[in-house]
Amino acid sequence: MDIADPNPFGALPGTAVGVTLLEAQALSMRYKVAGGGMLHAVDSVDLTIGSGECVGLVGESGCGKSTLVRLLARLADPTSGRILLDGQDIAAVSQARFAGMPQRARIQVVFQDPSESLNPAFRVFQSIADPLRRLLGLKDQTKLIERVRRAAELVGLPPELIERYPHQLSGGQRARVGIARAIAPEPSLLILDEPTSALDVSVQAVILRLLADLQARLGMSYLFVSHDLNVVRLLCSRIVVMYLGRVVEMAPAEALFTGARHPYTQALLGAIPDPAKRGEIRSRLDGSPRSPIDPDPNACRFHGRCPKGTERCATEMPRLTPAGQGHVVACHFA
Amino acid sequence: MTAQLSVEDFSLVFRTRHGTVRALEDVSLSVERGEIVGVVGESGSGKSVLAYAVMGLQDAAARVQGGRIRFAGLDMLTASEGALAGVRGRELAMIFQSPRTALNPIRKVGRQIEDILRQHANLPGRDLRDQAIAALARVRIPDPQRRYEAYPFELSGGMCQRVMIAMALACSPFLLIADEPTTGLDVTTQAVIMDLIRDMSREARMSTLLITHDLGLAGEYCDRIAVMHAGHVVEIAPAAELLSRPAHPYTQQLLAATPTPRSTVEGLVSIPGQLPDLRHDLPPCRFSARCARHSPICDEKPLPWTSLTPTHSVRCRVPLWG
Repeated sequence: MDIADPNPFGALPGTAVGVTLLEAQALSMRYKVAGGGMLHAVDSVDLTIGSGECVGLVGESGCGKSTLVRLLARLADPTSGRILLDGQDIAAVSQARFAGMPQRARIQVVFQDPSESLNPAFRVFQSIADPLRRLLGLKDQTKLIERVRRAAELVGLPPELIERYPHQLSGGQRARVGIARAIAPEPSLLILDEPTSALDVSVQAVILRLLADLQARLGMSYLFVSHDLNVVRLLCSRIVVMYLGRVVEMAPAEALFTGARHPYTQALLGAIPDPAKRGEIRSRLDGSPRSPIDPDPNACRFHGRCPKGTERCATEMPRLTPAGQGHVVACHFA
Repeated sequence: MTAQLSVEDFSLVFRTRHGTVRALEDVSLSVERGEIVGVVGESGSGKSVLAYAVMGLQDAAARVQGGRIRFAGLDMLTASEGALAGVRGRELAMIFQSPRTALNPIRKVGRQIEDILRQHANLPGRDLRDQAIAALARVRIPDPQRRYEAYPFELSGGMCQRVMIAMALACSPFLLIADEPTTGLDVTTQAVIMDLIRDMSREARMSTLLITHDLGLAGEYCDRIAVMHAGHVVEIAPAAELLSRPAHPYTQQLLAATPTPRSTVEGLVSIPGQLPDLRHDLPPCRFSARCARHSPICDEKPLPWTSLTPTHSVRCRVPLWG
């Protein structure tokens, strides 16, 4: 494994403030599709996550959020690009080898639906202990029990539930188990993939408060993936917007919500249901995204669906350019 | 105005191996012509059971315990299966959750719309195709001639939902029941679909019963909102008033738990406790165990409806106002 220069290209646009924990450089993932062609799931993404920072990742289904999560969590090998964790390129080793490395424990994921992602044959104890055994090599039973108990306590899971199976738990309790097993190895980065989308609002509120509290107490960084912008803004200080495999805008949360520059971000924000806008006729983003298979490298991915699109957008791919404090946007007209 | 749909004191139980689940109790609500009424509640509150009951589609384990459901003059609970079949699909239509599983995967979507028209519209066979294409065009599906030939797997989730809506609207129903029509869709697609449902209601004076867990969505699109909790309708009011002046403690807490563009994580309220087990003996107010305002008077039977204004009713002994 090579030790890379912590910041070889200088500060990238949209760089996190403070110490950088994780940095993706020109990260791409392409899949061969049947019938020829390459599907560009993630296309040359640059992204930084600061130590203790909470970054939100939003975009429509099919925009490459989940693939990006799989790449950053090192559950898949990127086609090209680098992922620096504390300056070390962790994308240089294969996913299979990474699974055995000590850094594996430093990036953990809370998956979408806790009912689906917990092993139904594992009691809560086993679910939480499993990553401790595998990633930290913890074998001492007393220490293991201690660590599991502590993780359960941190997420507010009553001790009497530790011997239960997932089907004996409520949705909120399962969500807590999913979080407990992810934080048990004390990761530096917690990736939350739609952690509350399967939950009712009253339970969602509890889990969001828990996540905010855990971050404050443990100082982890979060990458929070969600389709619900109202939820993202509650926890995240910086937000990344993806469209068809590319980052189209990145900004501090407040700047994004009050002054989004990219037409896609504007459409996304405008589509949030808001009782205050009852009966208003709002412009809607119609149609569907272009095909992600062999997209024209010289055209803006949003062209064709964009209300502002012109000839130039079809012939010149806009690059991410600064648009204010920590704010970058990829649009010719922003 | 005459109510297109009226549900009065409707109660329904499910007989299961593990006891009788009292899924709906004394549910009352009405939908007027051209009105969009939202039914909002958390999972397990009985929203979908109510929607299916209105369609006359009950599970074999379901037993109606009392009350009436009237739709356009027809008593849905005593009508024959033949009479119900004649109404469903024509005057009464439903959009189901997860359009991809509700559509027939091995039949072209255009053909599926034709099936509905053939059953109900009494059209000459040669007109069916044109009518099906017109139905697709009405829900603003681009290039409807081509989409007619598509199978559900070839269409995106949003497109499939539009096909479902096209099917539901093909016979210009009087009442549309939309059961979480946008769950699982992207916000941008959700907005387009909901605009479409709203416009169709306005243009054709169609009534809509919108089942959703999203208070923000109901607040933007519905004329009135009914809030359900554990098989009870606990409050019903004009949408804007329900959101700004809720009277039931549960409604207030549900609102405080829903993230809005103005909420903070500290300000989000979590509702203590859980839905009660509907198989057990239940107090008259099913929210009482979770309610901070609970007092001995709440345990007196029966739990009455209180009319705070002519259009705002609440089922609570100690409402927040009034």
